[in-house]
Amino acid sequence: MRFHFTAEQVALHDAVSALLSGTCTPAAVRAAWTAPASSFDRASWQALSEMGVFEVLVPAEAGGLGLDWCSLVLVLEATGRVCFPGPIVETAAVAAPVLGEAPRLLGAPPPLGEAALVLGKAAPLLGGAALPGAPMISASLGGMPAPCGDDADLLLVDHRETLLLLPRTAVSGQRLESVDRSRRLLRVEAIDPSMATVVAEGPAALEAALDRAALGTAAQLLGLSQTMLDMTVAYVADRHQFGVPIGSFQAVKHRLADALMELRFARPVVYRAAWSMAVADAAATEHVAMAKAMASDAAEVIGRAALQCHGAMGYADTHDLHLYLKRSWALARAFGSAAWHREQVAVRLGI
Amino acid sequence: MDLTWSESEEAFRTEARAWLEENVPEDLGSGDTREGFARHLEWERLLFRAGWSAVSWPPELGGRGASLWEWLIFEEEYYRSGAPQRVTQNGIFLLAPTVFQFGTLAQQTSILPRMAAAEDLWCQGWSEPGAGSDLAALTSRAERVEVHSAGSASGGGWLLNGHKTWTTRGAFCTHLFGVFRSEAGSERHSGLTYLLVPLSLPGVTVRGFGRLDGDEGFSEVFFDDAFLPDESPFGSWVLGDRGDGWSVAMATTGSERGLTLRSPGRFMATATRLVEAWRRSGCADPALRDRIVRAVSRAEAYRLFTLQSVTAIADGAAVGAESSINKIWWSELDVELHACALDVLGPEAELEGPWSKGWQFSLAGPIYAGTNEIQRDIAAERLLHLPRSRR
Repeated sequence: MRFHFTAEQVALHDAVSALLSGTCTPAAVRAAWTAPASSFDRASWQALSEMGVFEVLVPAEAGGLGLDWCSLVLVLEATGRVCFPGPIVETAAVAAPVLGEAPRLLGAPPPLGEAALVLGKAAPLLGGAALPGAPMISASLGGMPAPCGDDADLLLVDHRETLLLLPRTAVSGQRLESVDRSRRLLRVEAIDPSMATVVAEGPAALEAALDRAALGTAAQLLGLSQTMLDMTVAYVADRHQFGVPIGSFQAVKHRLADALMELRFARPVVYRAAWSMAVADAAATEHVAMAKAMASDAAEVIGRAALQCHGAMGYADTHDLHLYLKRSWALARAFGSAAWHREQVAVRLGI
Repeated sequence: MDLTWSESEEAFRTEARAWLEENVPEDLGSGDTREGFARHLEWERLLFRAGWSAVSWPPELGGRGASLWEWLIFEEEYYRSGAPQRVTQNGIFLLAPTVFQFGTLAQQTSILPRMAAAEDLWCQGWSEPGAGSDLAALTSRAERVEVHSAGSASGGGWLLNGHKTWTTRGAFCTHLFGVFRSEAGSERHSGLTYLLVPLSLPGVTVRGFGRLDGDEGFSEVFFDDAFLPDESPFGSWVLGDRGDGWSVAMATTGSERGLTLRSPGRFMATATRLVEAWRRSGCADPALRDRIVRAVSRAEAYRLFTLQSVTAIADGAAVGAESSINKIWWSELDVELHACALDVLGPEAELEGPWSKGWQFSLAGPIYAGTNEIQRDIAAERLLHLPRSRR
């Protein structure tokens, strides 16, 4: 029994974190709110790709890093901390692990060999459309709109019990405005099957994809919660009223102590789910459901405390808090709300 | 990361489970009445004879040298088997870790084996009528006397005066571990001494009184010129250094709020019983079902948080102020689990029984071991580094 991360897992997290803290500033997140889709922040996407972030779960024999969820969970938490704009969960957690299986599912070795299906090199199989070095892949699963789907290069869509990979151009749908403007959701309405690559088949494939999406989102919620708490602690220590920092008032302290507690106890639940996914534990789905429920609830509690303790300062959209807050609202319900996931746990508990 | 148990840990679990299944008594009733306490003592002594009373202690002190992991496993199995709350817990889980940390070798070898064997029964003498959350306001005095007429030939000792209260099971115990003001003119956290006091001492009066559930689980302890002569079967009555009682006491609070007093096994067992109660009830209220899943998940979160903490401790980390959020979590979790159970029972919840008893006891959790309001102050100041202030 050892419930901690290895030095290598921590090192990957630290490297990603260092990269993102330099590039994914609040100003960059804000810019993603207003940037037209075509000018989406490709530079940081490419930088993450070069670090191997999208290939963490891709087997080494398929050209990936060959790591597991114990590495990815920390990487995604780091992307949550900076409120990274872009379909990173959908690319790295949902799509990447199944792209590696595509050649077998296609029934014949693809012309470029198995390694060619590693992310970024899949373009020739997708109708030859020119793709940037590291494609952005979003996912529309179970009829839910694809996060950042309007900006994505490729979309993973479940269709008649298969997971299809499609170029954005082969998908028509409606762009939906999220309260988090950086998400630019796409509701998929029609696809061009002639452009589709089948990457996984059967109902289990969709269930597994939803598990990966929920866990990746839970990891991001931990990061977002940490940032909202950190911002609030800094603010209440600095903001003076009645001649003293408002953080010296017990009502404020207690609310933030509770916020801290929710975060500290949600974290090991998310990490355990990552381990269960890594070892394909029989209860992995239940563990993911518990993780997503707790991370979503923690983000709600922390987001509310953060907004309240920032007072009117935090209610102004000139303050950065709302960027993180709105992302946390979106993610708390994306790929299943806390209540939906508790329902999954209830079914598995047999109650 | 490896969240599996080793073969030897699994073997330990199997052995513990087998012994408990064979030996756990039928319902002993409350351990907080005089008759109940006596029944529980028999159980404690049976545990000791089989080497299960303090599994993590070295064998020569009455334990079986189990690792911290094995201790957690034992606790899971203990509560899973339906075994009762430990009436010796304040000695074994609160005083003992402090004796291991601050005690002399003579104190360790004389105090711990008798504690493990449930021969000496320890209660905690900290709170006073005027010193609850504000423990440093305590006024019970231990006056150093070099020659005392009523004392032994050698003469020296401590003259105790004061009034402790809310002392759990004090009326049934043999010894008290307490904090006394020993240095004249000292204030607040300085000048306190941690003393081990036999309750049979002339001048010590113990008076039991009822808790919320009506059992005589509380007591007041009065010290009226009680003279504690230096000669002690433990080598010394003083634990740690004279005047340094606050630091020694804070080590005990770490155990109380942190890992040892309330292991996850206890709440996991309550969660399992809650799920069973729901299944038996035929209840179909979706809102209640959702609350149950939430409570069960929070019990699981406590287990996982503990596994993380024990990994850190095994790697040499100290627990520190983390124990404060730990205490808030498990105490609120216990209330939540029991509140769900009462709603499952519906109108029957008012009947005397294990759930109504457990509910009343759970309500003590946010109060004892430092109220949760104090824990939130500690968490805010020491974990979030918010400015200190008056409460």
